[in-house]
Amino acid sequence: MPKYLLLKHYRGGPEPHHPFPPMDQWAPEDVEAHMAFLHHVSELLEKNGEFVDGQALTQTQTWVRYGGPDAAPVTTDGTLPETSDLVAGWYMVDVESRDRAIELAAYISSEPGPGGEPLYEWIDVREVMSDAPSHET
Amino acid sequence: MSDQPLDEGALRALVPRVLASLVRRGEDFDAAEDALQEALLEALRVWPESPPRDPRAWLTTVAVRRLVDARRSEAARTRREETTYAEPQPGATEEGDDTLVLLFCCCHPDLSPASQVALTLRAVGGLTTRQIADAFYVPEATMAQRISRAKRALQGRRLDRPGDLAVVLRALYLIYTAGHAGRVDLALEAIRLARQLTLATQEPEARGLLALMLLNHARLPARRDAQGRIVPLDRQDRGRWDTREIAEGVRVLQSALALQTDEQRPGRYQVEAAIAALHDDAACAEETDWPQILCWYDDLIALTADSVHQDPAAVLGRAVAVGHAVGAAAGLRETDRVRDVLGDHHRWHAVRGHLYELAGDLPAAGAAYADAARRATDLAERDHLVRLAARARAGAPRSPNC
Repeated sequence: MPKYLLLKHYRGGPEPHHPFPPMDQWAPEDVEAHMAFLHHVSELLEKNGEFVDGQALTQTQTWVRYGGPDAAPVTTDGTLPETSDLVAGWYMVDVESRDRAIELAAYISSEPGPGGEPLYEWIDVREVMSDAPSHET
Repeated sequence: MSDQPLDEGALRALVPRVLASLVRRGEDFDAAEDALQEALLEALRVWPESPPRDPRAWLTTVAVRRLVDARRSEAARTRREETTYAEPQPGATEEGDDTLVLLFCCCHPDLSPASQVALTLRAVGGLTTRQIADAFYVPEATMAQRISRAKRALQGRRLDRPGDLAVVLRALYLIYTAGHAGRVDLALEAIRLARQLTLATQEPEARGLLALMLLNHARLPARRDAQGRIVPLDRQDRGRWDTREIAEGVRVLQSALALQTDEQRPGRYQVEAAIAALHDDAACAEETDWPQILCWYDDLIALTADSVHQDPAAVLGRAVAVGHAVGAAAGLRETDRVRDVLGDHHRWHAVRGHLYELAGDLPAAGAAYADAARRATDLAERDHLVRLAARARAGAPRSPNC
């Protein structure tokens, strides 16, 4: 069965379906509904036998590269830290098909936002390369 | 000394005693630990059918046999002369001494804190590598490597001398704070180890650490609601606190403080335990004795010469106490002292949010909580801070709970 990463972003991706403020500016009950939905997604994936992993990332992004011999690593926030993609977290799922992965991503994207309306958030769906053992050597 | 098969807890309690006796007779720590692990596996296989009359002696005998086997095969392989080993130390040793010897081994100052923790859980706590890996959410192979590297690092060190108790205490506290979410409750494990340590040493700080753990652990049942959401101290259902644990914590703390003299002031674990005890003692949040908590915080920051840089967390904790005992504005001024040191840390902003809320400035509280949420590194805490920010921005003050 193929594995997929369903990535959520703090920013980046296609033009949003509609603009919405950061969650700390939502009505408290909308915040609760949103968090309850994400909790429910994890439970659902586990119950379906599709859940592999789910992680959230902090918002701090640091680009690092080798600094050369005897030099410290070179770090930067990026050239356009305000507009570049910033991953917020992911679900990894193990599913029957690509269609199923897209169905799940769309379901996640229906998460409730301000006023209980769906966020229509873009979810980035990426297939994980399989690592099947080679029997040829 | 029973014909009943041992339960897991009793079996694990034997681990440090057998291991310590092997180390005492001059065996290499690394090899002795391996041999004991093999003996334990053997025990799990054999004992259900034929339980030993003396489990400790059985484990020691089997482990020694394994050591001899390993040495023989190594000698054969390398064609080296078998070295002579020290005679066993005569006389029975105290169980407490054994624990202490092993803790000093596992918490050798040359090891990294992560290695100290892993080795302590295995060699003193008797947990399997699998259990330790689960507790820290890392693959078993990773934890196995961490443990064997730690043991290799100890090779050739003299392990029969007193070590650094402060390092042991810090490692146990790390185990305590590592969390309770995994399949192994590390907080309970740390309490068990700290209790063993207090049997082995009279040092007041060991008791202070045990008291601190007990007094915080007592509140654990009230710290999350049914949905797993964080419930802050001032909103907790105090009826769910473990009064038995609180009573024990207070008793242990008092016994530690009784050992203090004018020359030897209480150390940081005792001071932090005293603060925890004052929180535990309040029937509701409004009855918290903030002036006395502030006094203990004064003691805490007096323990370091430059508390702003050496112990900024204590300065921040004290700012909360100032906010309640003196006033929110005074508390906020105290947080300014550590702005340069902790300004990137979520807790600094969370404390500011709390103090703004105390001052009745809800917009500022909302902004501070949002800043805190953006910097949080724990998911449950991040969600909690987002909720606080949303609530403050919606203009909903938090109501008292008594």
